[in-house]
Amino acid sequence: MKLLVPVKRVLDYNVKPRVKADGSGVDLSNVKMSMNPFDEIAVEEAIRLREKSGGGEIVVVSIGEAKAQETLRTALAMGADRAILVVAEQKVEPLGVAKLLQAIVAEESPDLVILGKQAIDDDMGQTGQMLAGLLGWGQGTFASKVEVADGKVAVTREVDGGLETVSLTLPAIVTTDLRLNEPRYASLPNIMKAKAKPLANKTPADYGVDVAPRLETLKVVEPGKRQAGVVVANVDELVMKLQAMGIAK
Amino acid sequence: MQVYNAPLRDMRFVLHELFADDQFDAGNSAAFAEFTPDLYDAVLEEAARMSQEVLLPLNASGDLEGCTLENGVVRTPSGFREAYRLFREGGWAALASDPQWGGQGLPETVNKLVEEMTCSTNLSFGLYPGLTHGATTALESHGSEDLKQAYMPKMVSGEWAGTMCLTESHCGTDLGLLRTRADPQEDGSYRITGSKIFISAGDHDLTDNVIHLVLARLADAPKGVKGISLFLVPKFLPNDDGSVGPRNGVQVSGIEHKMGLKASATCQMSFDDAKGWIVGEPNKGLSAMFTMMNTERVSVGIQGLGVNEIAYQSAVAYARERLQGRALTGPKRPDLPADPIIVHPDVRRMLMTMRVYAEGCRAVGQWASRALDTQKHGETPELRARATDFVALMTPVVKALFTDLASEAANICVQTYGGHGYIREHGVEQFVRDARITQIYEGTNGVQALDLVGRKLAANMGRNMRPFFHAVSNLCEDMAGEGDKALAAQTAALQQAFGALQLTTATVARRAMKDGNEAGAAATDYLRMLGLVAMGYTFLKAARIATAKVAEDDGEVDFYRAKLITASFFFDRILPQATAGFLAIKSGAGSTMALAEDAF
Repeated sequence: MKLLVPVKRVLDYNVKPRVKADGSGVDLSNVKMSMNPFDEIAVEEAIRLREKSGGGEIVVVSIGEAKAQETLRTALAMGADRAILVVAEQKVEPLGVAKLLQAIVAEESPDLVILGKQAIDDDMGQTGQMLAGLLGWGQGTFASKVEVADGKVAVTREVDGGLETVSLTLPAIVTTDLRLNEPRYASLPNIMKAKAKPLANKTPADYGVDVAPRLETLKVVEPGKRQAGVVVANVDELVMKLQAMGIAK
Repeated sequence: MQVYNAPLRDMRFVLHELFADDQFDAGNSAAFAEFTPDLYDAVLEEAARMSQEVLLPLNASGDLEGCTLENGVVRTPSGFREAYRLFREGGWAALASDPQWGGQGLPETVNKLVEEMTCSTNLSFGLYPGLTHGATTALESHGSEDLKQAYMPKMVSGEWAGTMCLTESHCGTDLGLLRTRADPQEDGSYRITGSKIFISAGDHDLTDNVIHLVLARLADAPKGVKGISLFLVPKFLPNDDGSVGPRNGVQVSGIEHKMGLKASATCQMSFDDAKGWIVGEPNKGLSAMFTMMNTERVSVGIQGLGVNEIAYQSAVAYARERLQGRALTGPKRPDLPADPIIVHPDVRRMLMTMRVYAEGCRAVGQWASRALDTQKHGETPELRARATDFVALMTPVVKALFTDLASEAANICVQTYGGHGYIREHGVEQFVRDARITQIYEGTNGVQALDLVGRKLAANMGRNMRPFFHAVSNLCEDMAGEGDKALAAQTAALQQAFGALQLTTATVARRAMKDGNEAGAAATDYLRMLGLVAMGYTFLKAARIATAKVAEDDGEVDFYRAKLITASFFFDRILPQATAGFLAIKSGAGSTMALAEDAF
């Protein structure tokens, strides 16, 4: 079984983001970057599916700055087989990413593409769905369980109010939720082997994809400080306050 | 609270930048040719994750729960088995071991940084793989081919653990007194009988087998240290296929109740006609054991560094959030009911002190680690010999200096927390209790100082000192020649301390020829002086690099600016202690030894 897993290099989840003074974005100079946690779950799931199916290949892809190579090496150290790095120094929006992935899928013909449901830097949460649309493939998003059998994949999804299981014919798109698995630590021998695994360097032009942004960011600001709350004596007082604020009638 | 983020940037600094021009350059040798700097960075990153996510959460809980002995079996605290499994399966136990035995063959420079992270986040845990590593070092150097084939692969991988059994109830430092007996058998093995105490990791539930390296005496052996032999005694005798076989005559008779390091099982072991095999030659056991001891002593220094770092970070976290009083120069945070205590100069003094200790020890430790690699893999026999001399000199310094400073840093951390550090809730008093043993085991720090002054200075007409003295004097000359104004005062400070050290060295050597007590009374102060000069050397080198980097403005200016300030603090506020040492030693042994014994 052949699996394709896109991974994104993002601000590490432990780092408190700081907005640049000019409000043009988040300051990424000299801060720790790492693999998007949802993508880590996607890599782990791919490794488990390959282990279960007794063979196959895992190709990891990253689109972004040249340093995303480190993120790909992390995925290779976890157990992926080879990597493709599409170097794009400017920001690539979900549609651009999806189009690039569409072109890579055409070359690689994977049985399954597993993506994180969203990246924790911009929280767009669109790439998997757009890719499914562009390819005309079935999609199982927000997966908490993935089972492949007989040319189909059963995806249990975390939806409002419970779990929903959908069955998709392969090839298909799966996006991962937090509870799908717990990613492994890369072992030392695998970190060392990862150095020797193939990593192809590409550009968007190699795939003939225009990744020029469609969106314009006007301003990035820090979330407003939370105001101290008040304790109300009873429900009536709560309703009165809400009415006074114009929230309840 | 116990706060730790691996200091990866400083680790990369000491690994890649600080010693790029150093004489001990085995990092470039064929043994490590296939490794690249970014591989080392990836290894450090993953080690940091393991330490922070797996080991740190078990540090306080392991301390609280401790080890237990039930029906002759030692149980480690909850979570330790799983953590050890992850650690072993991840290949971390075999990081620096020879690939011939299944190791990864990474250099000691990287290994010691990984050890630091392990010891920061869980010193007790670190002892289990640490002792196994020490045991494999002795076995590799002195064991017979059969023994190595039977034990090395499983011990290197961490599937089986190792111990070192030296101490008996009546003999610690003076091993010449030991009584454990070994009787030769017809099949070439020996029967070992006797009792040992203070055996770290003597028994536990982390591995299927525990392999003891035991010092014992043959019946016809000469008295004293020249009659000691080293034996390998497994808890379970292996079958021919390598699986675990019948139980050997080794029992845990008790576990010690200790001040700290509670998740590390410290065992009393009794050997009752236990089957063992000799390691090395009869009556040469002590030197075989010292192969292990020397490796371990450097590692114990790194343990100290580890505790120092987490104590520093935990203190900083608290100093940022604890609101008390106002800055002496007027409120810094008028929006808050009080300023965070980090505004106060005396709190700054504490934080900066811990910081320079950690960064200074990390740099000196890295220097010694480079020599460890170079004594094995250096290109020429002369270079290897020089590295061996340097390792011999620095081993007692790394062990005693790092652990003394660690205890000091742990206490300063508690002081930063005030009463909240003294109660258990915040977990920082554990640092004091855990660090305390590092000044004692593997040879007390007093013994380290005697080793430095009594053996290392005198050996081969002071040859051990040369690589160190040359490095320091060359740097001072270079810096003076460069005419760097910004670092002129620091260069002068190092020159002065170095001059005092040289003078003291000559004085101690001269006096010691007439009166052994002179060397003994000077030893501890002398070791500290030498350690301070070694730290000063690394800080001056660091400041030189940082000055250039700040001028380049390469995007990491903040890191290098901080390095310059940290170095300044060292030269301004810590290095002057070398002068105090100089004066103290100059006064001689007189007042130390004058009081009649019965007047105490």
